Amino acid sequence: MTLVSFTQPDGRNLSKAGITLLMAPFFMLIGFAFLYPLLSLLSISVTEPQFGFQNYERILDTPVYGKVLLRTLWIALLVSILSLFLAFPVAMAMVSSGGAMAVFITACILLPFWSSVLVRTAAWAVLLQRNGIINEGLQAIGIIDGPVRLLYTQGAVVVAMTHVLMPFMVLPIYGALRNIPQDYGRAAAICGAGPLRSFFEVTLPLAMPGVLGGFILVFLTALGYFITPALLGSPQEMMIATLISQQLREFLDWPFAAALVGVLTLFVTAITLVFSRVFRFDRMLGGQL
Amino acid sequence: MTPGVTPGRLMLMAYVYLVLIFVLAPIVVILPMAFSEPDYLTFPPEGFTLGWFGEFFGNDRWMTATVFSLKIAFATSVVTVVVGTMATYALMRGAGRIGTLFQGLLIAPIVVPHIALAVALYLFFRQTGLSGTVAGYVMAHAIIAMPFVVFTVAAALSSVDATLEDAAMSCGASRFDAFRLVTLPLILPNVLSGALFAFILSFDEPVISFFLAGIRDKTLPRMMFDNIEQNLTPVIPAIAVLLTGVSIFVLVSAAILRRMAQARSIPAEEG
Repeated sequence: MTLVSFTQPDGRNLSKAGITLLMAPFFMLIGFAFLYPLLSLLSISVTEPQFGFQNYERILDTPVYGKVLLRTLWIALLVSILSLFLAFPVAMAMVSSGGAMAVFITACILLPFWSSVLVRTAAWAVLLQRNGIINEGLQAIGIIDGPVRLLYTQGAVVVAMTHVLMPFMVLPIYGALRNIPQDYGRAAAICGAGPLRSFFEVTLPLAMPGVLGGFILVFLTALGYFITPALLGSPQEMMIATLISQQLREFLDWPFAAALVGVLTLFVTAITLVFSRVFRFDRMLGGQL
Repeated sequence: MTPGVTPGRLMLMAYVYLVLIFVLAPIVVILPMAFSEPDYLTFPPEGFTLGWFGEFFGNDRWMTATVFSLKIAFATSVVTVVVGTMATYALMRGAGRIGTLFQGLLIAPIVVPHIALAVALYLFFRQTGLSGTVAGYVMAHAIIAMPFVVFTVAAALSSVDATLEDAAMSCGASRFDAFRLVTLPLILPNVLSGALFAFILSFDEPVISFFLAGIRDKTLPRMMFDNIEQNLTPVIPAIAVLLTGVSIFVLVSAAILRRMAQARSIPAEEG
């Protein structure tokens, strides 16, 4: 399976030995610090404390852990849907506005992309705290009487994760929209389609690969997200990544943590393989700088 | 999509501005807090002090962590660019089947969640004594940064005419000299922007940093995580101000590098 297709220039090709030699450092690195550790982690999940699938059975048989898995899926889905609704119009505006405006919007989308996830998470902690702006604002308008708990809730996690992951949705949609010839919109208008009909019957179907690509990228990233749930979420409402951390660091239950990693990794890999056609990583990630 | 001002267009732009406010507001709100006097975060900031920058630069633990992170980020960018450029060059010069394997393994770290890699390395490095070492962090970060560097370098390599190398070699240059003297200068802007990207990715990387850190050898992201989790002092906005400054510098440098790359590729396209 080839996920990325690079054009091959007509040069004098390297010998097999040359290619192997040049790629050897990469294969050694990925073998030593990626494949081996991950495979041995997965093998721990089925060999300790004894051989078998009891660690995986424990995840399915314990309602608390089942709830964590469902909650993780739900939060990731919610974040992806919210990101889509925020990102699509932004991508449209980036394509349809010219010059300075397009640069301004792109800069606004990319600047947070470059600032630390930790800083953005801290910013949300400040905004959402008991005497934070949001609480005070809501009291000033009279929606609430006293400060309410916003921080350390699922809502805080969803909002902050949407904030962090939304740019990942904008870029692929922007890429898809940019490739639609402007004539198509005009042609639809000449044929009598209003702006809404033209959007739903021309623009949206042609943008679908970008939408799907962005949606899956955000969804998969959200599934394994650690920092934001760890800092803004409630310990009673964990996501899978925070549960893994707790099992590993607090309860020192490596085999169970390994099984949770196994569930997450296999699920994510399966979805990626199913959607590998819409996943053009080179396009999605290569054009960031 | 017509550029004229229609009600639909106005609504779209109004919505987009709201989204941009959502995107920017948290950053705009947190930055001024770096200059706030109390040791907790309030908005609007109270008083004015540069003390939190002093706290950052004057405190041994923050400085040690920052220097440690800079070392790791520098080593990561060098390792990633050297290993990545070698492999990408081989990929573009007839790698065949091994190239397919390379691409599969290259993508794998993007697909596998960082938490999974972090936990795997946490256990593996404990056994091998690599926990908390520069080498350990560099290997982990190089794996994460590799795809970005390879894509950037591959994009440049595919636009370089390979017959230039052929010409150099017919004139007697070795393959290495042909690469070093002909191809490398042409792809250098992309190689450097790949290096910058790897540097930032490593310096900012919070998840693996969280799991690999020991008690003493903490990276800057790990120190920041602990501060946010425990008491959240204005040191964090102070660091944010510094990081934003550095990010803007890097973004501008990357844009300049890209301009250089374009300026170089134009004659090749015309000729």
